[in-house]
Amino acid sequence: STRSFQCRRSRKRDLKKGVIKASVELKPPPYALDALEPVMSRETFEYHWGKHHRAYVDNLNKQIAGTELDTKTLEEIILLTYNKGDFLPPFNNAAQAWNHEFFWESLKPGGGGQPSGELSRLIDRDFGSFEAFINKFKTAAATQFGCGWAWLVYKANRLDVGNAVNPRPSQDDKKLLVVKSPNAINPLIWDYSPLLTIDVWEHAYYLDYENRRADYISTFVEKLVCWEAVSARLDAAKAKAAEREAREEEARNGESDEQSGSEKNMQLYFD
Amino acid sequence: KAGRGVITASVELKPPPYALDALEPLMSRQTFEFHWGKHHRAYVDNLNKQIAGTELDSKTLEEIILVTYNKGDFLPPFNNAAQAWNHQFFWESLKPGGGGQPSGELLESINKDFGSFEAFVKEFKTAAATQFGSGWAWLVLNPRPSEDGKKLSVLKSPNAINPLVLDYYPLLTLDVWEHAYYLDFQNRRPDYISTFLEKLVSWEAVSARLDAAKVKAA
Repeated sequence: STRSFQCRRSRKRDLKKGVIKASVELKPPPYALDALEPVMSRETFEYHWGKHHRAYVDNLNKQIAGTELDTKTLEEIILLTYNKGDFLPPFNNAAQAWNHEFFWESLKPGGGGQPSGELSRLIDRDFGSFEAFINKFKTAAATQFGCGWAWLVYKANRLDVGNAVNPRPSQDDKKLLVVKSPNAINPLIWDYSPLLTIDVWEHAYYLDYENRRADYISTFVEKLVCWEAVSARLDAAKAKAAEREAREEEARNGESDEQSGSEKNMQLYFD
Repeated sequence: KAGRGVITASVELKPPPYALDALEPLMSRQTFEFHWGKHHRAYVDNLNKQIAGTELDSKTLEEIILVTYNKGDFLPPFNNAAQAWNHQFFWESLKPGGGGQPSGELLESINKDFGSFEAFVKEFKTAAATQFGSGWAWLVLNPRPSEDGKKLSVLKSPNAINPLVLDYYPLLTLDVWEHAYYLDFQNRRPDYISTFLEKLVSWEAVSARLDAAKVKAA
């Protein structure tokens, strides 16, 4: 798989019934709980990962046990239970479980600095400069009123109408965007590929920064963000977009083959 | 301002009706220093900046809320105005040595509309616990006759929204934004809610509001 983010699923076979059940797992962050001290304390991780994230995972598993959602991936559960905005009960827990794992993987000890390579090129192309991107990202994070998240995403420029297709897709019309979302919502539901997130629920920063959300956001950008993870996600997002376009192209060719097939047969007779 | 002969109003940050450490250890002085001293103060200061020199400047805080609610398509001052109102209403819903049970007409109304005080408590706790993300839980008086004759209801609202915009009379509120309880209770919102009901709520304030609401509604 080209995705760097994996939702690990454990499959427990219920021997009596011969049924395979899956449950969502609480993975630890890819570093020790005190690895981001003092900018994100161990105490914060003990609550944020150890209580909040754990509760989303545990409560989701209770909600999906024995239902058809039990056999689906976490991303599938999110998309199904989003239900066009009229959330089914597991949505908040599923989305928050996903969001938090994605967030831990967006951070690293000794993070910050600047991106490089293709990511840097696209940031410059789509925002004008790294500084301009950072300004937009910080503003989104600071102005998400109440609970929520700010994101850098990759948009594959799919047209919004169901049966319309971008006739000549190219790398140039796919773009990076900054978006913000309330509560549990994440950009998967808008068919964007998330590349980076910051959690701006108060529980994410209150123990270390109290009300000073702006300081938390700056520290995140300057000292915590893992640009390698963002680059890997960008590669995966581009590959996924290309794969999807290839499949759609095939499907279109399949249709036109059926249409022109009868013409070919006629031509044979004229030869 | 005397120079121009124009009266401009600005919203004031009133202190809670008790010392900042008066609700220790249940709601710490540290919490008040941030919750009142930073969060509430910021809502008031930012609102005043937004309304200075505009027509909102001459209105009451409740009028500003109703105008800027704008049928749900909030004008920029709404969040600050509603949060300024909500927080003052919240401080006045608490008192040292609070909790216990309501009495008199308030208790009668609660028994009538919820079945019992315990049933009301359960409904209020559930609303407060299940408001996902930021928000508030409320006891309100609905002045319009409803089919079942009920006048009191429990509501929950997200972010800054309050029951004034629904044309209800708020009687009691509990702030369930994480900043309200994180320093004292961390993730344990249910413990915070229980503590509020058992030891902090000022039933006298709620009774006084009910009397005032009934007069206005009549």
